[in-house]
Amino acid sequence: MRPETIGAHVTRKHVLVGFAALTLLALALADIRLLATQPWETLAQMGRGLIRPDFAEPVAMARAAGITVAFALCGVFLGAATGLLLAPFYHRRLVRHLCIAVRAVHELFWALLLLQVTGLSPATGVLAIALPYAGIFAKVFAETMDEVDPTPLSALPARTGTVSALLFGRLPQARRDMLSYTLYRIECGLRSAAVLGFIGLPTLGFLLEGYFLQGTYGAAAAVFFVYLALILPLRIWMRWPLAPVYLVASLWMLGQIRTPPMGDGVLWRFFTQDIVPAPLRDGGWLAPAGWTEFAGWFASLGWEQILPGIAVTLVLSQLALALAAGSALIGFPLLVRRVAGRGGAMLGHLALVLSRSVPDYMLAFVLLQVTGPSMLPAILALGVHNGAIIAHLMGRRSELLSRSLRDDAPRGLTLWGYELVPRQFGVFLALCLYRWEIIVRDSAIFGLIGVATLGFHVDAAIQQLRIDRALVLLLAMGGLTLLIDTVSERLRKALRLAAVPETTPRGAVAAR
Amino acid sequence: MDGAAPLARFAAEEIGWPGSPVLRDVSLSLRTGERIVILGRSGAGKSTLLGAIRQRLEEAGQTVALVPQEHGLVPQLSVHHNVYMGRLDAHGTLYNLANLLWPFARERARTAPWIDTVGLSGLERRAVETLSGGQRQRTALARALFRGGEVLLADEPVSAVDPAQGAGLLDALGARFPTLVLALHDRDAALRVATRIIGLREGRVMLDAAPDALGPDDLAMLYAA
Repeated sequence: MRPETIGAHVTRKHVLVGFAALTLLALALADIRLLATQPWETLAQMGRGLIRPDFAEPVAMARAAGITVAFALCGVFLGAATGLLLAPFYHRRLVRHLCIAVRAVHELFWALLLLQVTGLSPATGVLAIALPYAGIFAKVFAETMDEVDPTPLSALPARTGTVSALLFGRLPQARRDMLSYTLYRIECGLRSAAVLGFIGLPTLGFLLEGYFLQGTYGAAAAVFFVYLALILPLRIWMRWPLAPVYLVASLWMLGQIRTPPMGDGVLWRFFTQDIVPAPLRDGGWLAPAGWTEFAGWFASLGWEQILPGIAVTLVLSQLALALAAGSALIGFPLLVRRVAGRGGAMLGHLALVLSRSVPDYMLAFVLLQVTGPSMLPAILALGVHNGAIIAHLMGRRSELLSRSLRDDAPRGLTLWGYELVPRQFGVFLALCLYRWEIIVRDSAIFGLIGVATLGFHVDAAIQQLRIDRALVLLLAMGGLTLLIDTVSERLRKALRLAAVPETTPRGAVAAR
Repeated sequence: MDGAAPLARFAAEEIGWPGSPVLRDVSLSLRTGERIVILGRSGAGKSTLLGAIRQRLEEAGQTVALVPQEHGLVPQLSVHHNVYMGRLDAHGTLYNLANLLWPFARERARTAPWIDTVGLSGLERRAVETLSGGQRQRTALARALFRGGEVLLADEPVSAVDPAQGAGLLDALGARFPTLVLALHDRDAALRVATRIIGLREGRVMLDAAPDALGPDDLAMLYAA
């Protein structure tokens, strides 16, 4: 079906009714029980920890903070440099598909795979961030360079070389956007680096998890505050002239990490043994019996893990998207002075910045301690995090919009209902559709805290050293992301929503 | 130089997009040494004709310098870099890249006289986006002057400077290029500079003559409602 043909029939009403129906269906299927026996007790303990943070181990915290920043900067810079080199070739199918493939797998799963090869070494953390980010950077940089004002290019001498034309005609114009996008990505990189601690790399997430599991909430709160002290003032400390200094310091910091040795020839073994489906190993692929066995292996993987995993992923992401959309729609006016008042808008900004800055995985991990192991913490974390991002973008537009309205425009909730929501509903839908694919991709990581998404089975396969299975599951995960990406794009076209909502930073909208 | 082969030639041609020509039945040839000024109301097709001449000249391998109506400057780059861009095709990529990161003294020395000619000395390191409209236009002129070559094609090259300065800049262009093709809206400047005036109206060439063969009515006809 071509997008034009659905375009004639699909309206916003259809999408909204379908969305509501799917949400109710997902609600019926989801496991959202409150399993913990004393949730309020735990919550109160955490609250006491937040009020009285315990900085008893300052050296360990400073070291973890340094390593978090080092992983983020090295990963983002390596990703950005690779993306910059790939961007001019992004229109080529091979490059584009390669980029889509690397960014369809979440950093955490890259790290789990890399652990098999590079172990608990700095390379694992840096590459886990750099690989998916390179795919994203290539896409965004290519788009930025395509969108520059073409008149300088048409004024170039006729026989100017391609690279020179790129360097003089496109790059200088795109530079500012590319730098501000990179800055936004550094923020994402800090979140990613912190979360990499949960699988054993020595970042802040590692300390946080340890303190949490020991129930020392004061120390956990202290780690959390250190993390906020890094990420909230990012735009103050991250100055481009200082970037080389930070980079050298980061490399030195990573050099200090002591790495457990890996056996010889792991890389070779990884490619020739580990990732080859078990029935085909050791000459199995030469015999017909090996292939029959492989068919059975594949079918059972599909029935027992891939299909159920996809179902859980879709249920989780549907509920998370509904929560994100609802909370964004209610939350965004908190940022608008004409609605919330000056003081209210400041508080709104604070609340949204906090919910954006805390990685969804970290939030889910904390909630897990409160609610017990159901789908609830993952839904809440994904919904709140993504809702805050949508609300932030909507709020910024609304603030500008509310200043350009006529003088006798209403204030407060009337303004919200009569002006802000109707005028921006198209943008709101577009943002939700963009976040949908991101939510689907990210929902995989909640497999690591027990939600039976595809990621859960990937994690289990890696624990059992069945890398062949993990690889097939990861491919399924990438395929699902790609499918959602396509459906989301077609819906946007059918609803005639702007290709990219005008609000910058572009990254916050389009990127994962 | 009558008698020499023309630089570019149009023989009863349509110019514009296939199926929707902007200009019909255009016959003209451009010879070395001519100073052609194209006149006509806005939308008459002056820029289209300039574009077609550019294409014809480049196909013939001529070195053409351009001053597009929108200037085609890169706002984020310095005046020096924008001027240097006039000769990007004269160097290899690595040389261009190096000069982008750290301008060579040699290239600075080459662009400096032309930046001086247009009156922007001292602003070489300023980003074009910080300049006034008139200064930007001068930067575009300096880029064309630095490029040099057989022919200058300029679309309203002095629209953003006052008439006295404009006259000086047009003289500088005349001194640098053997052949000029200019689209202008200032009739007095046109009559002063041109050796030949081409008037466009209603998608056709209505006028093609030396300025001293023209009466005031001829020009007024081009602009009449």
